[in-house]
Amino acid sequence: MRGTLSDRMGAALLMAPLLLFLILAYAWPFLGVVKWSFTLPTPGLGQYHALLTDDLVQSVFIRTLRIAAIVTGVSVTAAYAITVVWVRGSPAQRVLAEFCILVPFWISVLTRAFGWVALLSNRGLINTWLQSIGFISEPLTLVRNEFGVIVGMSHFLIPFAVFPLASAMRSLDERVLLAARGLGSSRMRTFWTVFVPMTRSGIIGSALITFVFSLGFFVTPAILGGGRSVMIAELIYLRIFQSPDWGLGAAISVVLVVFVGALMALLFRYVKPKQLV
Amino acid sequence: MPTYRPGPVSLVLAVLVALFLLMPLLAVIPVSLTPSRMLTMPTGELSLRHYRSLIEDPRWLDSILLSLRIGIVSSILSTALALTFSLGVWMFQPRFTAVLVGFVLLPMVVPPVVSAVTLYFLLTSVSGLTSFFGYDTWLGVAMAHSVMTVPFATVLILVSLSQLDRRIDLAARGLGASVWERATRVIMPNIKFGIVTAALLSFVLSWEEIGVTLFITSVNAITLPRLMWMGLRDNIDPAIAALSVILIIITVLVLAVRSVVTRQPAAR
Repeated sequence: MRGTLSDRMGAALLMAPLLLFLILAYAWPFLGVVKWSFTLPTPGLGQYHALLTDDLVQSVFIRTLRIAAIVTGVSVTAAYAITVVWVRGSPAQRVLAEFCILVPFWISVLTRAFGWVALLSNRGLINTWLQSIGFISEPLTLVRNEFGVIVGMSHFLIPFAVFPLASAMRSLDERVLLAARGLGSSRMRTFWTVFVPMTRSGIIGSALITFVFSLGFFVTPAILGGGRSVMIAELIYLRIFQSPDWGLGAAISVVLVVFVGALMALLFRYVKPKQLV
Repeated sequence: MPTYRPGPVSLVLAVLVALFLLMPLLAVIPVSLTPSRMLTMPTGELSLRHYRSLIEDPRWLDSILLSLRIGIVSSILSTALALTFSLGVWMFQPRFTAVLVGFVLLPMVVPPVVSAVTLYFLLTSVSGLTSFFGYDTWLGVAMAHSVMTVPFATVLILVSLSQLDRRIDLAARGLGASVWERATRVIMPNIKFGIVTAALLSFVLSWEEIGVTLFITSVNAITLPRLMWMGLRDNIDPAIAALSVILIIITVLVLAVRSVVTRQPAAR
């Protein structure tokens, strides 16, 4: 049935527009960026050498890895807590949990970062309230530093961390949990020794997705970090627009893609793509 | 049937996370009502002046219209490309399907900032050719948004195709329907919901896109998120709070309608 000449023609005709579009508008210019990284300002490996030796670039890389690791830990833990209720709660609890997960998920990253500015800034809700009850006299610095970046990024990523966890929790066999309880295991013990190990693939998937997303994050760190805790993505932006050094910006981009590609390969060794939805 | 329900500790933790998730969305409401020109909590009196400035200030209206235009054009483009591609995959099941689909999904998995640099390279390279397409033009932004949204549209359409019964198509084929007739009169009516969802998601993603837009616009193609970004970076304008409240209300309404619409077929 398949593989006849007209079939192959039909498939080619239908699939060609999108493939051509992405080759011209995505693959070709990406190769152009790779070329920049080797040719600007002078041909050679100079930019990659700079990546390994430049103190600023190094410190940004380390900060990005550190923030991404903390954000991953916070997001996966928080996502786990709300997913348990979303998947296994009573019908009313499920509706409420779903609402709390999906509403932030659909709201733009800018609005959410702005909400955190309104809460955390010196004249924001939290500082105003703490000062009005006399708990503090000077406003706390909660934004324009790493704390603000971590809070904002975790808030953005929790809904993304929820989906792999939910998929793992839905597919586990409830009878095992009931059996553990029936055999006299306490709630806590059942949770830690039966429930959590059975959702391992979801935890790995969730952690890798969160970590990969954190590495390339731009908007939230730029707004909540206020230029003080620059991450890789913002460094690329600065190299391209503020201190025009397209070669270095391109080289950082290439390294970022290779690193994320390696992490994705790791992800798919542990988790089937279907489990992520 | 006995079921395993979360205990009190789980519920308390989940409530804390839920509060954390909703807090910044609720925080913008009081700020949007401040009578002050600065980003502060209202003390005493409330004012709608920041909502009024959204309508009266032509910059906001212009950028809303531009974002709508870009969203509609890029959504049509990515839905059409995703639909033809997915139909090709489903009807002919060509060899190398996994590789081709993987290629199409790349803009979704590559870090957005790298896609942004890539599209910046593309649009600055073609800028000299024409005046209406390239860096800082609305058509350039619409095309770049299509690159970013087409993987999501493809995933949605492929998922709805995977739930379609192949025998319907085989019957049409056996009765002598051409490829065109099979696609437009047999398959597409059956995945209507998926196509509409793909178009809507593409529009929403374009409407709120900022990461790529920042790299490919400067002074002419100021989309709504781009204008919000400018207002957030410098002196924070409380009009952003008013706009955020409106966007949050729209999101909640759309989600409520969607949950009513999608819950009905499930009850069959």
